[in-house]
Amino acid sequence: MGTRNCGHITASSSPAVGEAGRTGDWRVQHPQFDYAICTPAKSGIPSCFRCWTFCPDAVITKTVPPTVNLEYCKGCGICSEVCPTGAITMVSEEN
Amino acid sequence: MTSATASKNKKQTASETKILTANYAAAEAVKLCGVQVISAYPITPQTPVVEKLMEFVHDGSIKVEFVTVESEHSAITVCISASAVGARVFTASCANGLALMHEQLHWAAGSRLPIVMAIPNRAVAAPWNILNDQQDSISQRDTGWIQLYCRNSQEVMDSIIQAYRIAEDVMVPVMVCYDGYVLSHTHMPVEVPDPAAVKSYLPDYVPHTILDPADPRNINPVTLADPRLNAENVLCHGYFELRYLLQEALLRTPESVEKAGREFGRLFGREYGILDHYRCDDADLVMVSMGSLASEAMDAVDRLRDEGKKIGIIHVRLYRPFPAEIIAGAVAETGCRGVAVIEKDVSYGYEGALCTDLKAALFDYGVNVFAHSYIAGLGGRDVKSAELYDALSRSYEYCSKPEGSRRKDQEWLNCLI
Repeated sequence: MGTRNCGHITASSSPAVGEAGRTGDWRVQHPQFDYAICTPAKSGIPSCFRCWTFCPDAVITKTVPPTVNLEYCKGCGICSEVCPTGAITMVSEEN
Repeated sequence: MTSATASKNKKQTASETKILTANYAAAEAVKLCGVQVISAYPITPQTPVVEKLMEFVHDGSIKVEFVTVESEHSAITVCISASAVGARVFTASCANGLALMHEQLHWAAGSRLPIVMAIPNRAVAAPWNILNDQQDSISQRDTGWIQLYCRNSQEVMDSIIQAYRIAEDVMVPVMVCYDGYVLSHTHMPVEVPDPAAVKSYLPDYVPHTILDPADPRNINPVTLADPRLNAENVLCHGYFELRYLLQEALLRTPESVEKAGREFGRLFGREYGILDHYRCDDADLVMVSMGSLASEAMDAVDRLRDEGKKIGIIHVRLYRPFPAEIIAGAVAETGCRGVAVIEKDVSYGYEGALCTDLKAALFDYGVNVFAHSYIAGLGGRDVKSAELYDALSRSYEYCSKPEGSRRKDQEWLNCLI
């Protein structure tokens, strides 16, 4: 039941979402949006999207309102840092 | 057929003898091996390898993509990329240039790419020194590369050809090491094998993973501790399993080296193996060394034999993977009482690296002999035949001492401190 017959002698993968595994489980904090002050959510107009622009893992959607894929969000907190209205708070996974 | 045509044909198909330095022998070997991509950054004393290959590119006698780069780190990186997409590649470096490659040496071995690199061994700074010792390649012994050491230009020529065969058999990169200046810049007759015969000796390189735009792959993605399912739902190796596979490949490499050497002998008349022996029959003391020291010591051993002192030489051609069982068996077979390991490197804070490895092998296989460590020739310090004669004479005296008093402190040969 080992890995010997997996067909590879090096690490490789086909392009796929989460090809390095579900990186969401690396996280200790996750971003929580306050849509009452998030610019696109509040205005209903596609705008700002600084969280989408700066997210290094491309797990934030460019939608109204923006959403986060928590399967792969590593919880780095960059979105929270760059949000001009302070709409994103990093919340401990324990809560 | 006219005689002119006959002689022309003969020239095209037969081997010919040329007077070559080890550097030029390396370049000539690359020409024979169907190498497709070369990337190297010049560094003394490796520079003539690069210059000669550039000459071949310029005169059209070799059809390769020669990628010029700004550093050794980039040179090996080009080789890694080219090898990964299925090209047979070559590079050469030494000393601080080889040290700069260090990180990528691990990448090459971990990616299981059959890259061949020539290393005209040179001292590593500080202080700056361009002359010979083997500290540079010894410092890379744990990167997962195979290391072959050569005693003359012919062995360099032949070992590079064999290196491709070995590398592509076990999918592990190979360093072909030869002493800087002592060999790299010394002219000697070299038989250059028949190109057609080399072609038949080296089948085309088939990469283990075919990279194809129609079937895109991410190679070397993050691979953490445990096996995990890939995108196709197949349970794949974790880092630990991948590294175990590399170790497995290295442990079966001695067999591959022997096979490549035997087959080479069958085709070209010069057979190669793991070790080379000189006057080892009934030896009481065996000198063990790597590279040109093993051939330089032949004179000293001849003199000692003339005096009735039974001393022989074992040259370690394959240093990584370390052929522990083979070398322990070879030492045991001589029936000697001790070995004197004379080498141009030191594992700082301990002793010569070869000596440590050899002692571990002897212990493991229950060969109870003494082992003396001699450090010689660092930074190009001349190692004269008389000094080898004296060193071996000193160790030989321990053969007649009672067991338990045969230990000897390491010695730095001809250190004038």
